Amino acid sequence: MKKIEAFIRHEALDAIRDRLAHMGLPSMSVSEVKGSGRQKGFTESYRGATTTIFLRPKLKLEVAVDDSDVDRAVDAILELAHTGEPGDGKIFIFDIQEAIRVRTGERGDVVLAPHPEEANA
Amino acid sequence: MRFRAFRSVPALAALMLLALPVMAFAQDDAPTVESLAESVGGLTTAIDSVWVTVAAAMVLLMQAGFGMLEAGLSRMKNAGAVMAKILINLSIAMLMFWATGFALGFGTGNDFWGTSNFFFSATGLPDAADTVYSANTASITSLFFFQVAFCAVSLAIVFGSMLDRTKFAAYILFAIPFAGFIYPVVAHWTWGGGWLYQAGFLDYAGSSIVHLQGALGALAGAIILGPRVGKFRGGKAVPIPGHSIPLAIIGVIILWFGWMGFNGGSSLVAFNLDFADVLLNTNFAAGAGVIGATISSLLMFKTIDVSQMGNGAIGGLVAITAPCAFVDYWAGIVIGLVAGLLIPLVVVGVEKLKIDDPLGALAAHGVSGIWGTIAIGLFGTAERMDPVIVGLLEKTSREGLLLGGGAGQLWVQTYGVLATMAFTGGLCTLVFMAIKMTVGLRVSEDHETSGLDISEHGMFGYPEQFIDVPGATPEATHYRSPGSSSDPASSTKPATAS
Repeated sequence: MKKIEAFIRHEALDAIRDRLAHMGLPSMSVSEVKGSGRQKGFTESYRGATTTIFLRPKLKLEVAVDDSDVDRAVDAILELAHTGEPGDGKIFIFDIQEAIRVRTGERGDVVLAPHPEEANA
Repeated sequence: MRFRAFRSVPALAALMLLALPVMAFAQDDAPTVESLAESVGGLTTAIDSVWVTVAAAMVLLMQAGFGMLEAGLSRMKNAGAVMAKILINLSIAMLMFWATGFALGFGTGNDFWGTSNFFFSATGLPDAADTVYSANTASITSLFFFQVAFCAVSLAIVFGSMLDRTKFAAYILFAIPFAGFIYPVVAHWTWGGGWLYQAGFLDYAGSSIVHLQGALGALAGAIILGPRVGKFRGGKAVPIPGHSIPLAIIGVIILWFGWMGFNGGSSLVAFNLDFADVLLNTNFAAGAGVIGATISSLLMFKTIDVSQMGNGAIGGLVAITAPCAFVDYWAGIVIGLVAGLLIPLVVVGVEKLKIDDPLGALAAHGVSGIWGTIAIGLFGTAERMDPVIVGLLEKTSREGLLLGGGAGQLWVQTYGVLATMAFTGGLCTLVFMAIKMTVGLRVSEDHETSGLDISEHGMFGYPEQFIDVPGATPEATHYRSPGSSSDPASSTKPATAS
C-alpha cells in the first residue's frame, strides 16, 4: 500500500477526481494548503505599502492505493495537473504500514477496495 | 427665480411680524393676492424639490444595493474588484451626465435628442425653460440630480452579467458612451418629450428606459465576453456559487428601499400626493415577485433558491416600474407575480443558451423590464392614464387590452420596447466590440483564475482569506480561560484587542 500525496493547482482537481474515480480509486482527501516553491511570489499592495507574498494557495490531494495502482494513479495526476508553468506542484509517495476501516475494523488491502455498489456502477 | 424668491420668504415673514403694529395702520402694505400667490408658488417649488432631492438620494443608495448584490453573488477573490467597478461607474456617470447626458436627454431639441444645456450650469438659472422641465415645479438642479442617479442605476445593471472576468479599463470605456450618449437619447424619446412620448408610449419610472437598457448592455457584454472559466463543462452549466447570500440579499433589500425613491420620486412633484399611491403598487409588486420566484423555484428545482428569491424581488420591482402609476393594486400584484414566476425560467433558459449571467441581470432587469413595459397595454386604467395622455397629449386614453380597451396601447408599448432593443442593443454591441478589439474586454485566463482583486488591483477584498496578514489571528495566550473570569483585567478586555 502506498500513499500518494500530490500538491496541485485548484483548477486541476475536478479532472483528476473524475479520472481517478473512473479508474476505481474514488477515495481521497483534499485539503487547502499554502506553500512556496519555484513559482515566484506575488505583490500585495495596500494603500501605497507593498509586501511580497511567498505562500501561494494550492490543494493537497492524498490518495491511498494498492501497490499495483500507484503508476496508473500517478500518471493520471501527472497528465492532468500539468500546464508546463512553474507552480504545477509536486507528487510524493509514501509507504503505508497499515490501513484500518473504522466502521468494521477490517485491516489491509480490503480497506482500499471501492464500495461494492460503486465497483458495480 | 421662484427658487431664489423663496429663500427670502422667512426673512420677509420676520420683518412683517415686526412691522405688524405699523401695518395695522397702513392698509396699502397688506398681502395682496399676487404676493400670496408668489409665496405659495415658492412653497410648492421648495416642497417638490425636497421630495425630488430626497428621492434622488435614495436612488443613489441603490449603488450600495447593486454593490452588495454583485459582490455577494461573485466569488471572494473578485469582491474588491466589484466595489471598484461600482465606484468608477458612478463617478463617470456623474461627469458624463453633466457634460452631455442631461442635454441629450432633457434639453430642448428635436424628437430624437435634446440639444441644449450641454455642460449643465446652475448659475444660469432658471434655464429650466430650456429643458423639458419648463412646466415642472421642482427646481431644475434637483431634477438633474434625480436623472443622473437614474442613469447610474442603468449603468450599474450592465456589468451584473459580466462579473468575475472583465477588465477594469472596459468599465471606464463603456461608461463614457453609455452615460454620455446611449442612455440619455433613449430617455429623451419618452421623458424628454421625444417621438415615443408623442406616440403615447408610457414608462413611468423606467422599466424599459433604465432597466431594459441596462439589461441590453448586459446581454451584449455577456455574449461578447463569453462565460467564466469552468462555467460550462461538457455542454452543461456548472454552478459557481456566490460567496455571500446574506450580503446579496441585504443588497436586494437596499435596492427595494431605493426603489421607493426611484418610483415614488418619478412623480417629480410632492404636492398632489400621487407618490404614495405609486409606492403601494411598487411594494405589492415586489412582494408578489418574491412569492412568484419562490413558487417557480420550488416547482422547477424542488428547492427554494434564496438567490432566485432575491432576483424575484428585483424582477417584481423592475416590472412595476413602468406601470406603477397606471394600474390598480390588483394588477400591480399580477404584474409582480408574473415577473417573479418568470425569473427561474429565464435564468435556466439563459444558461441553456450558454450565456453566463452570474447575477441574473437578464432575467431580473431584461425580461421583467419588457414585461412591465408591455403590461401597461394590458392593465392600464383610463382613470390613471388620462391625466398623462389626455392632459398632455390631447389624445383619448387607451385602456389596457385586458380591461377591454383594445390593443392600441399594447401596440405602442411593444414598438417602444422594440425600438429601445434595436437602438441600445445595437450600440452596446458596437461599443463592446470596439473595446474588445482595442484594449480588450476580458482579463487573461491566468488573471481570471487568480481573481480580479489581486490581478487587477493588487489587493484582496478579503485578504485574510488568501494571504497571511500580520496580526490577523488573535494570540491564543490572551484568550480568557474558564477560571480567569473573576480577573478584572481580562474580563474587561476583549481578546482581540490585545
